[in-house]
Amino acid sequence: MSKVKITIAGINKKPGSSKEYKTGGWRTMKPEVDVEKCIRCLQCFDYCPDGAIKKTEDAIEFDLDYCKGCGICERECPVEAIVMKVEEK
Amino acid sequence: MSEDEKKELLASGHRMCAGCGEGTAMRTILNEAGPNSIATVATGCLEVTTTAFPQTAWEIPLIHAAFENAASVAAGIESALKQMDKKGETNILSFAGDGGTFDIGFQALSGMFERKHNVTHICLDNEAYMNTGIQRCSSTPYGASTTTSPKGKYSIGEDRPKKPIARIASAHDIPYAATACIGYINDLKKKVNKALEADGPAFLHVFAPCPTGWRHGSSDTIELAKLAVETGVFVLWEAEDGNICDLNVTYKPKERKPVEEYLKKQRRFAHLTEEHIEKIQKEVDEKCEEYGF
Amino acid sequence: MGEQKGLTIQGNMATALGAKLSRPDVIPAYPITPSTLFPEKISEYIADGELDASMIRVESEHSAMSACIGASAVGARTCTASASQGIALMHEMLFIAAGMRLPIVMAVGNRAMSAPINIWADHQDTMASRDSGWMQFYAEKNQEGLDLMILAFRIAEDERVLLPAMVGIDGFVLTHTVEGVQAPAQEDVDEFLPPYDPPHGKLDPEEPMTFGSLGTPEYYQELKYDQTKAMDNTPEIIDEIFDEFEEKFGRNYNRITPYRCEDADIILLTMGSMTGTARAAVDEMREEGEKVGLAKLTVFRPFPSDLLKEIAGDVHGLAVVDRNISPGFGGAVFAECAGAFINEKKSPLMKNFIVGLGGREIFKKNFREMYEKTKKAVETGKVEKPVEWINMDEDVMR
Ligand code: SF4
Ligand code: SF4
Repeated sequence: MSKVKITIAGINKKPGSSKEYKTGGWRTMKPEVDVEKCIRCLQCFDYCPDGAIKKTEDAIEFDLDYCKGCGICERECPVEAIVMKVEEK
Repeated sequence: MSEDEKKELLASGHRMCAGCGEGTAMRTILNEAGPNSIATVATGCLEVTTTAFPQTAWEIPLIHAAFENAASVAAGIESALKQMDKKGETNILSFAGDGGTFDIGFQALSGMFERKHNVTHICLDNEAYMNTGIQRCSSTPYGASTTTSPKGKYSIGEDRPKKPIARIASAHDIPYAATACIGYINDLKKKVNKALEADGPAFLHVFAPCPTGWRHGSSDTIELAKLAVETGVFVLWEAEDGNICDLNVTYKPKERKPVEEYLKKQRRFAHLTEEHIEKIQKEVDEKCEEYGF
Repeated sequence: MGEQKGLTIQGNMATALGAKLSRPDVIPAYPITPSTLFPEKISEYIADGELDASMIRVESEHSAMSACIGASAVGARTCTASASQGIALMHEMLFIAAGMRLPIVMAVGNRAMSAPINIWADHQDTMASRDSGWMQFYAEKNQEGLDLMILAFRIAEDERVLLPAMVGIDGFVLTHTVEGVQAPAQEDVDEFLPPYDPPHGKLDPEEPMTFGSLGTPEYYQELKYDQTKAMDNTPEIIDEIFDEFEEKFGRNYNRITPYRCEDADIILLTMGSMTGTARAAVDEMREEGEKVGLAKLTVFRPFPSDLLKEIAGDVHGLAVVDRNISPGFGGAVFAECAGAFINEKKSPLMKNFIVGLGGREIFKKNFREMYEKTKKAVETGKVEKPVEWINMDEDVMR
């Protein structure tokens, strides 16, 4: 990542700027959702530590820029709509 | 804005480990508190993983000062806002880990409670000093192997029980104290709201497993959080006005699971013998009886 | 120039009055001898409705400075008072206040450090926080304590500065001693010191910011350089504000004030309350025909190397009087003075005298002895003992 100019006392006036850092690169396993199976209970949304699950009209989708591939969503989905697959790089 | 479009107040891109329970906890708490909030954070995993210049994961104003003083920095903020004629609608949140709450931050926390600042202190408990490399804390449970309470020929790992921090907090006669767990999001949300609505200091003890420190799979985090409660290892309760003798257990498992199920999933407990596990089970049974289930 | 009111008060009352006239919003404080009268007086002001401020009766000095940091970060004018062990306990937070560029002001009742425990005057406590990034001012008299509090807020909050400041008055010698002071009128102070509105940012939900970021090796050094540069730029600003103060209130302040230095061969350099005694000793010696002068250090941080070189650059001997000791070296002020002359072709011969530790009295004869010792070194061109302890009781030494 390219460096930026410092600010006085390192005060950061860009809230939410962590989004510049794409943690998706950490991933070795990648979640996939079967929208047909999904009952939109949003358990996965609530539990994802990285805010990498977005709600869609009738299901959910992953924000692969940030998903670290922890597998919590797969484990917690009550209807097994999510599966973790090996990340192909 | 509709519920669905609500902005996440802990932005993605933070550097918590994959499967970190703190991530789930912080998203839930901040989103529930809303944007009209100011937070302090103690040195620790949360601070290190969310504030590295030039980025911040925080969408609300945040100040990190040091390890032991999240509560007294928050006290200064609260007094200043009150003095400078702000309407008093801003939530003041003080975040610390178990080290910054149970141990080094305890004095500042006790002072903040006693002086009745309108601050909610939230302890994110992962049961050891994780940021410095898994050292034991007074939050570490009996039997856990950490880098400063390692299992060994003459050691079962940590040999003391966990300090009952939420009861101690409540004993300050503060308006609201509660325990919560990331496996029970709705219960956690309710408690965040109650804490913020309380007229005076509030305390939330939030149980959040740590895959790195507990040595479990990253996908096990929520399952373990639930197992801690389902086995009775961690009890969900709340108490108003210091009424710990009459606390309200907010969730009682219909049938308690054996502690072994919880312990066996974590390598920090892998060395425990059947005898040890029996001893832990006995202690948990006794505790649950005290809590009335 | 506005009306001023004559009062006869103790040093702590003077610094508390200086604080009150500066209209602080939040004062977190913890009692410690000899600075306790400061929070007591502030509490009285608030109780009597003379000051509209919030006092936080914290449970420790560490929390006092922590609460100052929180309050200042939301834009409150914030001050506290402490001494000795109290300053040591808040040591960690001093660095953080400075690193976050929060213009907090602290009134100090300078006191010795344990062990052995001792509640009396010396400068060990604040010298130990020399590197924390705070400006340091020292008063000779109660009047200076009062004025320097107002000045400290004004300088600290200047947009070009934004650094915390401490004002030291010697324990008991000033803190508990009654002296006459002139108190400026509130309207005049209000004009001199406008309300604080942090120009660099504050904690506000309307515009969220993160204070206290993690500074990785990629950025830490530049952030520290930036902070240090702010301190390096302050001497000019301090001079400018001292001048403005003199114009408004009629009292003159300098980072170093020379006394009878024009044709002096030897200069004594002092800090704090001992300066009065030193001045009397200089007057006596002048009468006897000795070419001796005195330099009073009011601003220790930023260290006024520029002025010191102007004042003492041409003299033969400089006797630096330290009310503190850095074991393994000597006095802290001595180290700074020696540093000031490094790389100068011409520099006075320097001797260091350690005096007045833990409330040990300092007499005129002690300054005469320091002068004689420095004179001897100048005459022989040899400094046999660079650091000497003065007014020792040989009978109790083991
Ligand atoms: S794998 Fe983990 S990080 Fe990725 S979406 Fe699922 S819960 Fe979130
Ligand atoms: S947990 Fe499963 S069912 Fe529920 S919203 Fe997520 S993918 Fe859909």
